[in-house]
Amino acid sequence: MSLRGLLRFAACLALALPALAFASGRTPKPDIIIANPGHCVEPTEIMRRNHPQMLLHQRDLTVHEGIRTTKYSLKNCVQCHASKTTGSVLGEKGFCQSCHAYAGVKLDCFECHASKAKLVAGGTP
Amino acid sequence: MSAEANEGLSRRGFLAISAAALGGVMLAPGIRLIEIAAARAPDQPASKQVRWGLLIDTNKCEPGCDDCVTACATENGIKQTGHPRTDSQWIRKVELKDMRSGRVHSAPVMCQHCAEPPCVEVCPTGASFKRADGIVLVDRHICIGCRYCMMACPYKARSFVAQELTDQNPDVPRGKGCVEGCTLCVHRVDRDEQPACVEACTKAGHNAMIFGDLNDPQSEIAQRVAKYASTQIRADLRLDPGVHYQGL
Repeated sequence: MSLRGLLRFAACLALALPALAFASGRTPKPDIIIANPGHCVEPTEIMRRNHPQMLLHQRDLTVHEGIRTTKYSLKNCVQCHASKTTGSVLGEKGFCQSCHAYAGVKLDCFECHASKAKLVAGGTP
Repeated sequence: MSAEANEGLSRRGFLAISAAALGGVMLAPGIRLIEIAAARAPDQPASKQVRWGLLIDTNKCEPGCDDCVTACATENGIKQTGHPRTDSQWIRKVELKDMRSGRVHSAPVMCQHCAEPPCVEVCPTGASFKRADGIVLVDRHICIGCRYCMMACPYKARSFVAQELTDQNPDVPRGKGCVEGCTLCVHRVDRDEQPACVEACTKAGHNAMIFGDLNDPQSEIAQRVAKYASTQIRADLRLDPGVHYQGL
């Protein structure tokens, strides 16, 4: 590449930098309402990547061996993450559905499992 | 989960642990304050030492009463969909009449939780299985809905869910495309509670159903099975059902 071409490239890069810095703002993100932020069973990054494996592991332990620890149970996920308005993890801004719709990943847990939190006496879900 | 509920859980967990620790203290060789085997911690798998079973006394079972069926439907979220021929039926009341003497008696019939379950034997995917403590279940994650188990079961104890379902009980996931049957209320048993049908029968004052560990000689069910004549339905098939009937 000639020196002139290199200079032109550097100039373009310098012009583009501010736009790149704000690139994240232009990317559409899932519109989620998080009912109880910051209190999940593992750090957010681990949860985002590994929640399917956690649920898969727990489901086999629970169904086949009867181990019913609550830490990774789907019931507890729903209980905590259900929307305070709809009481569900599904729906347009629901915790599970909004992100799964954004990522284009099929969400079939709730064809069988309850998607709504069980109402605790005297409290919101 | 709210902070309160968390606190409640941990307190209960602590009590359970301390009870287990206390119970473990031997008063004299072979004598314990509390049998540790009675309560299972949530992180412990179902034990092979246990064989859950039911004893149903048909002399005490009231003809016409269907409290056990109603309690089962409420507990497990079984609703009528307007298709009675294909609706799920985990438990049903059967009325028997001796034509010679005219004696009428009735009994609930549900999954008999066989020791040698034919539904498990025929299942092509391994979805139909027997838990270590003798409860026969369907793993709906693996079930493909082929209904081979329904054909294999001599008790007609299983149903196929043909309709989409909503508003399931959080403890009892159910859905279209899977075979299902009585779970002996496994979610309650794991919490040291009795199945819903047994609780309803006791509440109605009939006391026709007893739930317990057939392997534990101290349990009421094992003592009654040892003392009184009881039969298993189609005992000739030698499937060794966990549900025993008295007075049939």
